[in-house]
Amino acid sequence: MDNIILEMRGITKTFPGVKALDNVNLKVREGEIHALVGENGAGKSTLMKVLSGVYPAGTYDGEIHYDNEVRNFSTISDSEHLGIIIIHQELALVPLLSIAENIFLGNELATNGVIDWKQTFSRTQELLDKVGLREPPTARITDIGIGKQQLVEIAKALSKKVRLLILDEPTASLNETDSDALLKLLMEFRKQGMTSIIISHKLNEIKKVADKITIIRDGGTVETLDCHNEDISEDRIIKGMVGRDMEDRYPAREPKIGETLLEVKNWNVFHQHHRDRQFLHDINFTVRAGEVVGIAGLMGAGRTETAMSIFGRSWGHKITGDVLMHGKPVDVSTIPRAIDAGLAYVTEDRKHLGLVLNNNIMHNTTLANLNAVASGGVIDGHREAKVATDYRTKLRIRSHSIYQEAVNLSGGNQQKVVLSKWLFTNPEVLILDEPTRGIDVGAKYEIYSIINQLAAEGKGILMISSEMPELLGTCDRVYVMNEGRIVAELSKAEASQESIMRAIMRSGEKH
Amino acid sequence: MAADKSAQKTTPSLGDYFKSNIREYGLLIALVVIMLFFQFMTGGVLFRPVNITNLILQNSFIVIMALGMLLIIVAGHIDLSVGSIVAFTGGLSAIMLVKWGIHYSIVVPVCLILGGLVGAAQGYWVAYQKIPAFIVTLAGMLVFRGLTYLILQNRPIGPFPKDFQSLSTGFVPDFLYFLNPAPDTITNLFSLVVVVALVGLAIYYGLRDRRNNDKHGTENEPFAFFAGQMAIIAAVAIFLGYQLSTYKGFPNVLIVMGLLIALYTFVTTRSTIGRRIYAMGGNEKAAKLSGINTERLTFYTFVNMGVLAALAGMIIAARLNSATPKAGVGFELDVIAACFIGGASASGGVGKITGAVIGALIMGVMNNGMSIMGLGIDYQQLVKGLVLLAAVFFDVYNKNKG
Repeated sequence: MDNIILEMRGITKTFPGVKALDNVNLKVREGEIHALVGENGAGKSTLMKVLSGVYPAGTYDGEIHYDNEVRNFSTISDSEHLGIIIIHQELALVPLLSIAENIFLGNELATNGVIDWKQTFSRTQELLDKVGLREPPTARITDIGIGKQQLVEIAKALSKKVRLLILDEPTASLNETDSDALLKLLMEFRKQGMTSIIISHKLNEIKKVADKITIIRDGGTVETLDCHNEDISEDRIIKGMVGRDMEDRYPAREPKIGETLLEVKNWNVFHQHHRDRQFLHDINFTVRAGEVVGIAGLMGAGRTETAMSIFGRSWGHKITGDVLMHGKPVDVSTIPRAIDAGLAYVTEDRKHLGLVLNNNIMHNTTLANLNAVASGGVIDGHREAKVATDYRTKLRIRSHSIYQEAVNLSGGNQQKVVLSKWLFTNPEVLILDEPTRGIDVGAKYEIYSIINQLAAEGKGILMISSEMPELLGTCDRVYVMNEGRIVAELSKAEASQESIMRAIMRSGEKH
Repeated sequence: MAADKSAQKTTPSLGDYFKSNIREYGLLIALVVIMLFFQFMTGGVLFRPVNITNLILQNSFIVIMALGMLLIIVAGHIDLSVGSIVAFTGGLSAIMLVKWGIHYSIVVPVCLILGGLVGAAQGYWVAYQKIPAFIVTLAGMLVFRGLTYLILQNRPIGPFPKDFQSLSTGFVPDFLYFLNPAPDTITNLFSLVVVVALVGLAIYYGLRDRRNNDKHGTENEPFAFFAGQMAIIAAVAIFLGYQLSTYKGFPNVLIVMGLLIALYTFVTTRSTIGRRIYAMGGNEKAAKLSGINTERLTFYTFVNMGVLAALAGMIIAARLNSATPKAGVGFELDVIAACFIGGASASGGVGKITGAVIGALIMGVMNNGMSIMGLGIDYQQLVKGLVLLAAVFFDVYNKNKG
């Protein structure tokens, strides 16, 4: 079993002005799960793009040995042909086509252009059985959850006779149950001799499944750890990623909790699309000044929907209930009114809902409060530049200037730009929806520090997160949601991963 | 060494700067090259004073509509109905002026308002009912063309009163005739003086902005580019101004067009409304979640387009001295092409007023030059189509390369 399936030697890839990869080495044995970790922008995705032929041979230096032969891939299909398949973080499925159609897209089981549906469906069923997905092959992608979509991607990879499966952040948008299922599947594949490379920020998962861990930092390989020879702790991995010890992943804070800022009473919301289905039931919660309040729950529990329905009714339908600020009812029926009432909502989907990607940092920063840098509808360019520069410094947004387009920033810096935008509206209560999703450990720490500082300034923070350790590490109080209801309220002392899961499970039994 | 490197980073080399801004300078250079090409091919006819005047009269309405169309395209939509609105409002103005004998000082504002209402009627469906603009304005194109035939009862109406005609065919009088040093060559000194004064102002304000930017630490383009651009613009402007001054001076429409270009440049670059339109075109959902009333903004871009199309409709009617049901057929394509040649993105969020204006001028010069050369409408269409494709390909190519 000492067969090296893939070796990348001395890979160097330069973009105009930037050296994205600098002499990277990666050695993967056949039949292992090899984890690739590193901060955002460290070069993991670039390395995988070099491997798969997105960056064709000749545009980088170094050699790729696959099956003991030097390979020069010039297109993705070259690498796919040899069984190297990448599943990207953003899934590449066509939402309105069926599972079967997606699996065989571009690779249809057809003779002379006529599709053999019978064979397509039966082959699809086989593949779905292999990945353990219980959905009919005719189900449309849009109708199944994101966790199942991930499985469809894997089934698609299997249909192409995959030998080396590369997963880029496969569990970033999955809840714990779906993540576990996916990881189990990978381990199952390992038994069958398949090789996988997994890129992930979730170190606990990597620890669970990986045989080897290669750490990349600033475009170079730091080290490869063998999980079988030594017991590798998360802190050990983090140390390799950031190049320093991370004593505490959550900065300490002395909560100074004041009066109640936000109070939501009897909040009932019907589903945005299925209009006769009630989605949120009698939601009640409060956020006090200087307090960080968490909302825990599984994917689909209704956390984002709660936040968005409160923030200017931007989700849902037939919304009833009261929102109070400082004990007085406020009008939050439109987004501008919600902003005026002192609310800010930092979305979980910063690329699609948070940023105007082709606008620069400055324009994104002032977007929600443009009138504050304008008089009579005319923007004062210098005032605007000053505001953006201030936030860039304060939140330590790494960019060459405030004129850099948001699309060119790393995830952590993009998140800081979205935060800047909402801080500039001077809210009293900030709703942060998955504020650290898909960003690296170093940037996470900085985001937590910003949250702490905001709380210290007397703002109320409502934080939605799927990462329980994060909620436990930052929050003073945690609400647990399940199936559109708040099923528990836990103080800092009561909250633990177990108590949260127990609350979810128990409420599930009741219904 | 390290100091060298950091210095390089803050002030990019001229070559790099040109590469990263090739679109803007390239467009200007393309216009100049096309002008010189046709100047040569037409044996010097293109730049004759009378032909420059014609160029302005023939293209002013395209430029004016391109201003509104650019906003619509930046917002992420399209308007196919402008040609029909041109005919419709031209027809309405003719009925009011010729049949009902109403004074133009009432007719002009009324028609502008009616144009706004037409825009509103379409904007409503796009903004509030979320019907794709392509479909709504395709319907509008048919509906308003049909209405034009109806109100004109299939016949042209004309001629117009003299004062209304002068809106489009009149010239600004020479207020400075008594100072004229060379009355044999220069027949309208005022226009020359104004052009020189405007060039002076542009240079003064350009330099002042640069100084301000330096003071506030805002990025400036390299001085060589600023100077080069200014030199080209100044040379072209003064040359054209001189040519005009040897004929009849400024056409009235040139003044209208110039003021509108200045206004829309200001709106797109400095106003909150402009900024919000760009943000909405770049990412509508993010803009909406940032508290921007995207529906209302979309609605108003269509109202604005309607008003500008109505203005263009009256200019055309006045120029032809009759309102015909067939007026403005195919104009929407010229206007949209001008925006795309000028670098607007079909997916929204990107585009500049200056780009759209230069795009319209490129189309106009090509039309005019090819007509003088005696090329038929067949070749003209062919060449225009290829130029549009080439310009957009150039954009896409640059984007993929970068």
